[in-house]
Amino acid sequence: MSLYYTASDHFVLLPAILLALFGCAVLLFDLTALGSPRQRLWLPGLALSGLGFTAVALLRQHMLVAAQGVEISAFRGAMAVDRFALAFNWIFLVAAVLVVLFSYRHLRREGGPDHAGEYLGLVLLAHCGMFFLATSLDLVTLFIGLELMAVCFYVLVGFARDRRSSEAAIKYLLLGAFSSAFLLYGFSLLYGLAGSTRLKDIADAVANQGPGDPVVLLAVVTSAAGALFKVAAVPFHAWAPDAYEGAPTPVTAYLAVGSTAASFAFLARLFVTPLADAREIWDPLLAVIAVATLTIGNLAAVTQSNVKRLLAYSSIGHAGYVLLGLVAGNNTGLNGVAVYLLTYAPMTAGAFLIVAAMRRTARPAAAPLEAVTAAPVAASPRGRSGATVMEAQPELSSPRLEERASADDAVAATAEPAEDVDDFNGLMHRRPGYAIWMLIFLMSLAGIPPTAGFLGKYYIFLSLIEAGRYVLAVIATLYVAVALYYYFRIVRAMFAGEPDPPVGVAENWGTKVALTAAGVLTVGIGLYPEPFLRLVQIAGMR
Amino acid sequence: MPPLPQTVPLSWYLLLSAILFGLGVAGFLFRKNIITVFMSIELMLNAVNLSFIAFSYQFRQVDGHIFAFFVMVVAAAEAAVGLGIILTVFKNRATLQIDEISTLKN
Repeated sequence: MSLYYTASDHFVLLPAILLALFGCAVLLFDLTALGSPRQRLWLPGLALSGLGFTAVALLRQHMLVAAQGVEISAFRGAMAVDRFALAFNWIFLVAAVLVVLFSYRHLRREGGPDHAGEYLGLVLLAHCGMFFLATSLDLVTLFIGLELMAVCFYVLVGFARDRRSSEAAIKYLLLGAFSSAFLLYGFSLLYGLAGSTRLKDIADAVANQGPGDPVVLLAVVTSAAGALFKVAAVPFHAWAPDAYEGAPTPVTAYLAVGSTAASFAFLARLFVTPLADAREIWDPLLAVIAVATLTIGNLAAVTQSNVKRLLAYSSIGHAGYVLLGLVAGNNTGLNGVAVYLLTYAPMTAGAFLIVAAMRRTARPAAAPLEAVTAAPVAASPRGRSGATVMEAQPELSSPRLEERASADDAVAATAEPAEDVDDFNGLMHRRPGYAIWMLIFLMSLAGIPPTAGFLGKYYIFLSLIEAGRYVLAVIATLYVAVALYYYFRIVRAMFAGEPDPPVGVAENWGTKVALTAAGVLTVGIGLYPEPFLRLVQIAGMR
Repeated sequence: MPPLPQTVPLSWYLLLSAILFGLGVAGFLFRKNIITVFMSIELMLNAVNLSFIAFSYQFRQVDGHIFAFFVMVVAAAEAAVGLGIILTVFKNRATLQIDEISTLKN
């Protein structure tokens, strides 16, 4: 035991150090010439290289843990890299890379000035907070990680600074701070029980007290409330639809993927180990909450007209499935939680990415003249799409092409996000590539076999059956049918709807790379799951 | 170890902490002005600090004190971000009444 900063401390902490360093570097470089609008490639590049170094650090940890088969403990037991931490850190990394890629030049279109440095810095610092949530074994570090992530997200949700975005941010902030106060109250009681902030000591103290103790009960309920809030479980879900709808869409994706996964890591760390002996208190509680979450999430999604809100409710439903994995509590269930969250990352990010790229267009007849004439100027700096080429050769264009060209120009000029289900009408005719990717993401979200989403659901159902919770398994299966209905409302709109007014797509290389990566992961995990399953296997293999 | 100079028992501190926490919850639920709601959250956090420090004193450790310091730091960060967001909300709507901030709905 040493009071000094040891080599293994450094080895464990290195990803967080890199993330914090690059996060601050991106913030600072924004102030220099590199942050000027002409040099926009620098900042995403710097952020991506930071994530790349983090990936290398994680890979080294992964290789050591895999080779030795034991966890690497650091800071006298306050943090540890084990398979659990690594699995979740890979999920966070996937989420952060996708979000940085598709936030590239996105914020300007969301309205307001683009503070790319601040934005990317906050994305990296939030990732740093997630790292602590997955790696900590101590109440203090868990709390700091949670708040580092949450405070970054409060700012990110309000980043557009318009009416909707600021409303979403204030709701998320007030409810988030309220829930962390509850969490802290639970933590203070746990500390009072154990006389230590280490999860290991708390586990012993809870085992000694016995689950019937009223203080244990109060501590479990209050800390559970705080943790369940972050995963948007019913009845703590009220913030999610508002925050998802009001936030800039890339932030929504990050919130849905990164924040949810990190909060589940937190929940699993808190419940599976230290509160394991209080299982008879929280097991029925968690089962009821999981079923309520499935019900509210899936049923409320059916009636939504805004796609971001629909996906918000559906992500509440997905949280219900993951909670069922924790309820099952066996090795399959724990692995199922990680598999579910890994598969959830690319498909959800992909779906939000397409929503982020969609742009409403003015009706060709009603399009203001200056919008069309100003279009080449506005369109030229933003990626060379087919429209610009057609603009250069007007004599070749047929009437239909002309309509498409003018529509795309209006896209660049108005830049109004298209977020309603009706906006997806006829996407297949205008942008078949985007429609087919969206179909794949939605199939995966619904859990249809050749895609990644099936795998997560398979593990959750399997764990419930292994644990003998047949009723829960049946309920969970029923809600798959409900989910199919609302996901396929979007599919029907894309393939059968009449485009009026036609929808446009604002794209650039970042969107394309992120979309391809998300799509390939979604299909790849579904078709060839072996390596991915091994990557996130957290239980039952030592 | 010499006995702790203690005139007030631990349970009293915990009771006070619970009462303060309850007042904070009540303020959060029933007040309509965002600033007041925000203050209620700070009250809840301070109630937690009190119980951390009371436990810490009882155990003769510094762990609880350190936790209380971290809670203060986080509360300050949250307050800074929170007031910034409140300012944006006010600029957008010229009101800080919670009931009037409801554009986002089903």
